[in-house]
Amino acid sequence: MKIIAAEDKCVGAGQCVLSAPDVFDQDDDGIVIVLDADPAESERRNVETAIRLCPSRALALGEA
Amino acid sequence: MDCPFASVPSFPYPRVGVFEPSPELAPGPPRRVRIWDDSTPWLITRYDDVREVLSHPDVSSDNTAKGYPGANAAFHEVRLRYPTFVTMDAPEHGRYRRMLLAEFSVKRVGELRPMIQQVVDELIDNMIAKPAPVDFVEHFALALPSTIICNLLGVPYEDHEYFQTRTITMGSYRSTREQSTAAARELIDGYLSDLIDRKIAEPGDDIYSRLIVNHYLTGEITRHDVKSLARLLLVAGHDTTANTTALGTLALLVNPDQREKVAANPDLVMPAVEELLRYVGLTHTGLRRTAKADIEIGGQQIAAGEGMICLNVAADLDESVFGCPAKVNIERENVRDHLAFGFGPHQCIGQNLARAELQIVWRTLFERIPGIRLAIPLEEVAFNENTHNYGLDSLPVTW
Repeated sequence: MKIIAAEDKCVGAGQCVLSAPDVFDQDDDGIVIVLDADPAESERRNVETAIRLCPSRALALGEA
Repeated sequence: MDCPFASVPSFPYPRVGVFEPSPELAPGPPRRVRIWDDSTPWLITRYDDVREVLSHPDVSSDNTAKGYPGANAAFHEVRLRYPTFVTMDAPEHGRYRRMLLAEFSVKRVGELRPMIQQVVDELIDNMIAKPAPVDFVEHFALALPSTIICNLLGVPYEDHEYFQTRTITMGSYRSTREQSTAAARELIDGYLSDLIDRKIAEPGDDIYSRLIVNHYLTGEITRHDVKSLARLLLVAGHDTTANTTALGTLALLVNPDQREKVAANPDLVMPAVEELLRYVGLTHTGLRRTAKADIEIGGQQIAAGEGMICLNVAADLDESVFGCPAKVNIERENVRDHLAFGFGPHQCIGQNLARAELQIVWRTLFERIPGIRLAIPLEEVAFNENTHNYGLDSLPVTW
C-alpha cells in the first residue's frame, strides 16, 4: 500500500485518525500527518475507511 | 423543461412522528421544492448525491451568492450580519477554518474529556437532587453544551449564569424575534465585545484568547471577525449538541434493547453515538449550496446559479446504504458512514468535540441513573420542527 495525503486539501476532520490511528495523526494545527505511508496489509481495511470518510478527499492509495 | 409556475411542493414538510420524517422525504432523484422566499432550489436526498454535492468543486457555500437558498429569513439575515467561514468558499474558507482547527483536533478534544466528564457529573448530581419528574431538556441537555462553551471560550465563572441565560434566550424557540435579537445583540455586541478587551489585557488558556492574540492583534482578522467567530462557536455548539443529546436519549429510552447494550458495554458507546447521530436527523432543514457552474447530480442537470438543499438527514435514512434505516441499530456495520456532520470541506469543525460530549453523556447517564425512563407516553413527547435544528421542547423523565 502507498498512502498519498494532500495536506492542502485537509480540513482537519480527524476521521482518518479515528479510523487508522497507527497510520494517521494530526499535527499541532490539526492537519493530517501520515505516520506510516506504507503500512502492513493488516491496515488495509482501516485505511480504506479513512479514505472513504475523509470529507475533503485528501487521501488516496497510490501505486505500490 | 421545468416550468417555474407549475405546482412545486413547499419545503419543509411536516413530520409524521418524533422519529418519523414525512414520507415525501424518502430518498429519490433531485427535484425542486419551494421555500420561504418563493425560490425553488433542488432538494437532494439520496446518500450518493448528497455526498457528491457537498464535495463538488463547482458547488458554493457563499450565502451572498445569487440563488443561495437561505434556511429562513431570520437565519439568513443573521448570517449575513456576522459572516464566517461556514458561508465562504475557498480560499477564504480555509484561511479562517485553519485558525480554529487546532482547538478541535482529536488530540485536543481528548484533553478536554476530563472537563466534559466533570460538567456531566455535576449536571446529573443537580438533576437527581430534584424531585422527579424533571425536564431533561432544561436541566441537562441545554445546560451541558452551554457550560462547555463557556469554558472553551474562557467566560469567567462569575459571568456563566448571565452568559448562559442570554445564550438560551438567543436560541430558544420560546423567545420572540425581538427577544432573540436583543439577547444576541447583548451577548455578541455587548458581552463578547467587552470580553475581547478583557482578554487583550489578560489572555487566558481558552479559544477566545488564542484567537484574539494570534489572529486579531496580529491584524489578520478584524474585530467584527472575532465577534462573528465567537457567535459561530456559541451557536454552532449549542443547540446542535443539546438537541442531539435530548433526541438521542429519547431514542435509547424507547429502544430498550439498544439502551441495555449501551448500559452493559462501554465499548458500544462509541458506535451508539454514531448510530444516534444518524438516526435523530438534527439538521432537518438541510445544508444549503449554490451551483457555480452547470453540473449533473444523480442524472439531473443543475444550472449555474441554482440553489440546492442537501438533506443529509434524508440521506442518512437511505436504505441502499443503511439497511432497515428507520431502526436504531448500534451494531450496524457501517455506523460511521452517516452524514450527520455533513461532508466536504465544510464538514462540522466541532464534530469530535460533539462526539466526546455525547460519548461521555451516554456512558455516564445510565450508570448514574440506571432507572431513568420517560415520565410521559411517547406520543406526548413535544417535538419542535419549527427551529433551525430539529429538537424537543421538553423531555420529562423520572427514575
